[in-house]
Amino acid sequence: MRLGFVFREITQGLRRNVSMVISIILVTFLSLTFVGTAGLLQAQIGQMKTYWYDRAQVAVYLCTNTSPADVCPQGEASSDVKATVEAKLKDPTLASFVSKYYFEDHKAAYKKFQEQFKGNSVAKYVTKDQLNETFWVKLKDPNKSAVIAETFTGIAGVEEVRDQRSYLDQIFSILNAASIAAIGIAVIMLASSALLISTTIRLSAFSRRREIGIMRLVGASNFFIQLPFILEGVVAAAIGSVLAGVAVLALVQFFVQGYLAQKLPLTSFVDLSDGLVIVPLLVLAGVLLAGLASGVAIRRYLKI
Amino acid sequence: MISISNVTKTYKGSPKPALDDVSLEIEKGDFVFLVGASGSGKSSLLRLMLREEVPSKGEVFVLGENLVAIPSRRVPYFRRKIGVVFQDFRLLPNKTVFQNVAFTLEVLGKSSAFISEAVPEVLNLVGLGEKADRLPSELSGGEQQRVAVARAIVNKPAILLADEPTGNLDPATSAGIMALLEKINQTGTTVVMATHDVGTVDRLKRRVVELSGGLIMRDDRKSGYQHALPNTDQIDLPAGEQE
Repeated sequence: MRLGFVFREITQGLRRNVSMVISIILVTFLSLTFVGTAGLLQAQIGQMKTYWYDRAQVAVYLCTNTSPADVCPQGEASSDVKATVEAKLKDPTLASFVSKYYFEDHKAAYKKFQEQFKGNSVAKYVTKDQLNETFWVKLKDPNKSAVIAETFTGIAGVEEVRDQRSYLDQIFSILNAASIAAIGIAVIMLASSALLISTTIRLSAFSRRREIGIMRLVGASNFFIQLPFILEGVVAAAIGSVLAGVAVLALVQFFVQGYLAQKLPLTSFVDLSDGLVIVPLLVLAGVLLAGLASGVAIRRYLKI
Repeated sequence: MISISNVTKTYKGSPKPALDDVSLEIEKGDFVFLVGASGSGKSSLLRLMLREEVPSKGEVFVLGENLVAIPSRRVPYFRRKIGVVFQDFRLLPNKTVFQNVAFTLEVLGKSSAFISEAVPEVLNLVGLGEKADRLPSELSGGEQQRVAVARAIVNKPAILLADEPTGNLDPATSAGIMALLEKINQTGTTVVMATHDVGTVDRLKRRVVELSGGLIMRDDRKSGYQHALPNTDQIDLPAGEQE
């Protein structure tokens, strides 16, 4: 009986201000979709970081004839230089940091360059001896690149030591800024939906103030008076957050996996399993937010 | 049953107290009229008994509860033992007579079996057994007040508080409501009724407590309405909102 009664009160309340309920659904839907997308972006950044940091290597570029004279006064690195570098890499002090290394000569570098810049006019003008011969070093711990840099920077015949992660960091910092901005917008939208929910519940309580007055008169407990109103907000917000969950999953399935992953096959993207982690959190956040907002809103109608 | 001792009630923004050092004892089964001009403190007294207000000074005991000290979470449970009727009926316009009375029991979490038994019983008692499916707007004022009385007593309260229950009704209809209240009183329910209705008070010969300016001027058992003070304020327009 009690449950049936509460349920009837809720449906009545929802029907009584349909337009406000729809606006709650839309606002929670939009804001939580934003939150979910920002979360996915964070997950994506994390995934790309592990993926690329794992593959990032340290390059020891050797001098060529076209290298700047101040770092490479003797021009093209001699076979002595190569032997010295290789000996140091094999030396036990460095070998403990190095997972593996390989040497890329002019020919291999040229081939790789032609592949990478296929169709670009640069490919036509570059000659083999302009491209650095390089020792590619893969580290056991990618964070220890400074060891390699210290050892080889300044050695005659070495033009530059470069950790590929320094390129990646720039990209990630841009992506990070984007996802922080998304989270910022999401927070503002969540705040506005909380305000909207409490306004709606206040309106709903006002339109039912007779019932509330009579309930208080006959001795209904505060919890019992509150319940239909809080559930009203929660039901509306729950619908919105489920819609947001569906939107996030659709985004992952059709945009990320269906489009991005096809276009960029070498990159690993977030998939449905990541989406399924985020969706329950979204629904939970929506429900908690609505419960809190409507609970606070209804409180002032309950002073005994 | 109801014990009010040395109660003073001052409302914010008003230097003169609505009740000034009032003491009153009401026994179980009593039928008490509270009379007096508007603003004499009748309603304030009823509101104190219902714990809608807390006195500024003094003590209020109702049904063994100290209403000054009662924690607010226990107030709903206290109110379940008290029925209230108002001048403006306070029915829910979109619910039928049956639903209006059942609302009280639903709020209290009674089973539907209990409700479907208790509601027709109380509607028969107030003489509205035939009109259970009507909406309040389809009833006369007297009938609406009967619904309100039914709602107030369906939970078998020990005390029935009535604030000008006949204030909006013609004399014949008022007599019907008064007969109903007497019938309820005869079952052992204590009835406290605030009223302007001189004829009713004179006819019933019950205890009369007269208030004026927040003071009890007179407290007579088996009395009519003979004024201790010259009463100038007998024309009182109905103030309640109608459905």
